[in-house]
Amino acid sequence: MGQFLLVTIQVEMHDQLAVGLQEDLASRVEKWGAKGVLIDISALEMVDSFIGRIIAHISSISHILGAETVLVGMQPAVAITLVELGLSLEGVRTALNVERGMEKLRQVLLKQEEFHGGD
Amino acid sequence: MVDANIDVLAVIRKYREEIRNEWEEGLTAQNVGSGRAALVDLKEQMFEFLNLLQQCPPKDPSGFDHYAWQAVRRFLEEFSRVRVSQGFSSEQTATFVFSLKKPLFTQIRKEFGHDSDSLASATWAITEIVDQLGLYTVAAFQKTREDVIGRQQMELLELSTPVVKLWDGILALPMIGTLDSARTQLVMESLLQRIVETGAEIAIIDITGVPTVDTLVAQHLLKTVTAIRLMGADCIISGIRPQIAQTVVHLGVDLQDVTTKASLADALSLAMKRSGFSITKKSE
Repeated sequence: MGQFLLVTIQVEMHDQLAVGLQEDLASRVEKWGAKGVLIDISALEMVDSFIGRIIAHISSISHILGAETVLVGMQPAVAITLVELGLSLEGVRTALNVERGMEKLRQVLLKQEEFHGGD
Repeated sequence: MVDANIDVLAVIRKYREEIRNEWEEGLTAQNVGSGRAALVDLKEQMFEFLNLLQQCPPKDPSGFDHYAWQAVRRFLEEFSRVRVSQGFSSEQTATFVFSLKKPLFTQIRKEFGHDSDSLASATWAITEIVDQLGLYTVAAFQKTREDVIGRQQMELLELSTPVVKLWDGILALPMIGTLDSARTQLVMESLLQRIVETGAEIAIIDITGVPTVDTLVAQHLLKTVTAIRLMGADCIISGIRPQIAQTVVHLGVDLQDVTTKASLADALSLAMKRSGFSITKKSE
């Protein structure tokens, strides 16, 4: 199994930071050959449509680069906002916390290995 | 106008004891049977009220709203609040103030009895002041009552949407009564909050107790399910009655994605299975 990347968002994410994160993450996934990315947003209390889209993009980008992404720790207020904004984050896996997130990633990657008949 | 004002407050100051006595007589006659403690309280209140009135500055061009009358206003607000909690009616409460008229009239007759013009304007001045005080008392009374109702409504709202834990990792939300936007919002928030707190991965929303479902309610439920899924948990809707099933199809609401079960028991069984539990019956 490849490496996991854990990203913890500690501060309120403003737009520039979000774009920066997207670029940073993409380059690290590529550099380290990470197979899984865990984004912990439990410290995020609010998101707007911009951040919502960035999160969805990050997930797609990681997927294209060969890594699976799981979003963990979404707060109720954030979930409600995203639903109200109509952002369903298609294709983004979510889990309640980091432990469950890791478990999910492991299961997903295990299935992938079986599907591809091992590396 | 201003002149007459000076006179009224001066009269109160000058004949304070007489006014208080006559006022007390009038009020206690009405309060028969409310007990000695209540009587003592009442006397204290009258004393304080007259005190506060006296302290109002003589020249008061802007009227009752003026800062100068603030102490009196506060007194009346507190007075009404206590009366509401004691179960008095608004008439009984306002009588406290309105019954001040007669004693005042008695005294101004002594002071201005010889001059009918002064008597008339003093009478009018008293009427104006006492009426304003009385009306303010009633308004304060109403407001206190409305606050109580508001609080009770909030409590009712909270009481009717409890989130219960059925098993490790399985929460249930039994909904009873009609669903409207406000309630559904509250439901959504409290359910999501509990999911985060307990780390439950499955929530069962049971709508056995919901009589009708319209498009709005269905949409609210769908939003709740989506939000729960976004957070990384899942949701089962149970207790869908035949009529509701028909309505939902008829309205064209798309429930494809959502797992639904007819009864809470079925939903629980499914939730247990998904969580990796199996229940076996012990042989007798």
